[in-house]
Amino acid sequence: MVHLDRRVFVTGAAALAVSGGLSRTARATSSMGFDEARHLLSRAGFGPTPAEIRALEALDYAGAVDKLLAAFQPKAATVAPAWVNDGLGALRQKQQAMAKTTGDGKAVQVQPPLQEQSRQLRNWWIEEMVATDQPLVEHMVLFWHNHFTSSLTKTYYPGSLYQQNEMFRQSALGNFAALLKAVPRDPAMLLYLDGVRNVARQPNENFARELLELFTLGEGHYTEGDIKAAARAFTGGSIDRATGQFVFREQAHDGGEKTFLGQTGRFGGDEIIAILLNHPRTAETIVEKLWREFVSLKPDRVEIGRLAAVFRASGYEIKPLMRALFLSPSFRDPANRAALIKSPVDLIVGTVRVLGLPVPEKTQLARMMGGLGQSLFNPPNVKGWAGGESWITAYTLLQRQQILRRIVEATTVSQMEGMGGRRMDRRQGQPAMEDTQQMMEPRPVEGRSLRNSGSEARLGPTLIGVDATTLMLTLLPRAPIDAVETRGVPGAVVAAALLDPAYQLK
Amino acid sequence: MASRILILVELRGGNDGLNTVIPYADPKYRELRGDIALPRERTLQLDERVGLHDKLEPLMDSWKAGDLAILQGVGYPYQNRSHFRSIEIWDTASASSQTLSEGWIAQAFQGVVVPKGAGVDGIVVDTNSVPLTGPSLRTIVMQDAENFLRQAQAMKTMPDRTDDGNPALRHLLAVRHEVNAAAVGLRDRLHETPQPAFAYGQETGLGRQLDLATRLVAARVPVLAIKVAMGGFDTHANQTPPHERLLGVLAANLALLRKNLMAAGRWDDVLVMTYSEFGRRVRPNASGGTDHGSAAPQFILGGGVKGGLYGVYPSLADLQDGDLKHTVDFRSVFASVAQGCWGLQRDFGLRQPQRLDFLAA
Repeated sequence: MVHLDRRVFVTGAAALAVSGGLSRTARATSSMGFDEARHLLSRAGFGPTPAEIRALEALDYAGAVDKLLAAFQPKAATVAPAWVNDGLGALRQKQQAMAKTTGDGKAVQVQPPLQEQSRQLRNWWIEEMVATDQPLVEHMVLFWHNHFTSSLTKTYYPGSLYQQNEMFRQSALGNFAALLKAVPRDPAMLLYLDGVRNVARQPNENFARELLELFTLGEGHYTEGDIKAAARAFTGGSIDRATGQFVFREQAHDGGEKTFLGQTGRFGGDEIIAILLNHPRTAETIVEKLWREFVSLKPDRVEIGRLAAVFRASGYEIKPLMRALFLSPSFRDPANRAALIKSPVDLIVGTVRVLGLPVPEKTQLARMMGGLGQSLFNPPNVKGWAGGESWITAYTLLQRQQILRRIVEATTVSQMEGMGGRRMDRRQGQPAMEDTQQMMEPRPVEGRSLRNSGSEARLGPTLIGVDATTLMLTLLPRAPIDAVETRGVPGAVVAAALLDPAYQLK
Repeated sequence: MASRILILVELRGGNDGLNTVIPYADPKYRELRGDIALPRERTLQLDERVGLHDKLEPLMDSWKAGDLAILQGVGYPYQNRSHFRSIEIWDTASASSQTLSEGWIAQAFQGVVVPKGAGVDGIVVDTNSVPLTGPSLRTIVMQDAENFLRQAQAMKTMPDRTDDGNPALRHLLAVRHEVNAAAVGLRDRLHETPQPAFAYGQETGLGRQLDLATRLVAARVPVLAIKVAMGGFDTHANQTPPHERLLGVLAANLALLRKNLMAAGRWDDVLVMTYSEFGRRVRPNASGGTDHGSAAPQFILGGGVKGGLYGVYPSLADLQDGDLKHTVDFRSVFASVAQGCWGLQRDFGLRQPQRLDFLAA
């Protein structure tokens, strides 16, 4: 029987070292230890495995942070769907062709192109998040997606959302000033915030308003007049209907004089961005958001000011900012462990990663995330997902538990074994309709209950052979809330950890 | 204490009030609205000045029966045109320059001992629970009652542990506790409630949400308020077809709600109120849509409602930066609702809330 009490968690790695299994790692006096390595990895990425944690724990802390921030690949390793570079014209053609084939009375069971492309796009990103060896990059791409929001439901153009994701990937840990300059020319953004409708004759203020309110300064730091001036400066930016790429239409641009944040000139969009980059609020807004995403739900004005200064001094380089953030005393403060609530993406991707679940079809994972309130490429509004405590309502808490319970009860033994196993037998002889319905349900993989299969339950490659104490310390950021008897059986330990409320935290 | 269940219907995105309740007799309406003006012959006349959009025809039964009140020109001073900020102002009954953290219904119940009832005071069927959020109320967000109960049953009812001063954990444990307490109260009541007499269209979110709201009211679950919502009102471009569709869906579902609650003998015990974060600009934009504006009308329905038009329609000849000037402060509406639904005298920070006697005392 393994019953973990608070002491084990308070003393963290020290207790592990004493237990013998990991004593080799405790020799280097400057090594950070298991729990801090877990903390760093779970905040930077999603669901670290024991092997990933062990690879860091012997390093000194600053060395580990530098390792995390070392060279990164700005391109996704997962092969993108074939259509991602299709122009807007090609998508419309597919939709029209589709309308014709269904129009003649034959029941054609194919997904309409838009929905199908949206599905494939989500699956592509989820696949990358699950498979990547640089989860911090994915976390940053998600951060930028939630900052410079655009959605499928408004743009109706999945190719543009793919391009936007590529843009975020380029700048994930790159330069924020370059990203901010690229955003007004981004086709998805031009569609999402009506930039394509913003013309000299009748400016559309949508993008200008959100640029000031949400992307840079924040409410209270500009006037309605500044919004109007910025809207005029961005007029003329549009997208080519056939290719879906950015074009600048000179004749639609308002070349007149504007007064923006106290400065006057014949400003275009780039000048507006330059003025915003000179305003101290811009760096603060980004750091405030990063703080909430990576450190704590409680803002610390002094620290945020200090990090914002680092950010501006580096010319808006993101890497030095993230380095300073991970090295900050607040990030390392043990009181800030288990202080953040996992987002749905964090919960689902992290669970799949840490359990080593083989999930060849990602649609069901996307559906789970959507059910928990985070449908990728479809933020609820331009402000993005509110995050923090709002992730957990009575409804989503129940949904989270249900998803995890399914993973525990009906899945996860090992590799593809389950596909030919029990559930297939059970399904035999059932009508085809029901069979389809079962396939539609969110079930990651098939197998036997982790909780009840005793020693027969085999864990995936990430957790196999790991002792009960390390499993608990890997999966939970603090002592479990509910005491559950596990008898030290690894499958039961994993099940208990996943169903504990503490698993919702990181 | 008077006791009515408030059913809030949030119209998300900023409903175009000028094309909902139409000042058809004012020539300025057609002049200012241009292509998006509703033709005179499609306006359902309410009096010699204003009429309803014909897509709202299903509400005319209620109007003729005298249980539909229409509040005209509702808004607040120093209109904020951000969706998020403006709905927050409404949800927390704050002044434009003021930030409050508690919802207005939760504020109304500060210091009031709420009967234990079902173990839950407010039920939010959509996802925005701000009006009902605050320490004085136990509010749950529930999109599908069956699912909710099934899942709650599976969740262990363990005594809640200490949160060690961790706010994230405190929130998590508080929600868990709420779920367990609420589930116990709701389980038995919903179990034996029949389906609504008139089926709601299940293809719209509003229909599904009102279906659940109807069952909660019919089951006599003793809650203070139920909230539903309908999205899509942020009509910046080519607004006429989508806006007409939205009005049609809204009216059809509100009419069904009325018929169902009458059939269940509960129409006198509810007050239904629509609201939106703002109305829209008077002049359309170049995209055939409208941008964020200011004042707009609200619909109030219920068996105890004294039907009719309330307040004054804002003048089209006296605009402020191209926007309607509000004639009724929304906090006056909230004050009247707090009095009429729960017998609570509240001013929501207004020195002298306007008396709107759309409810019999």
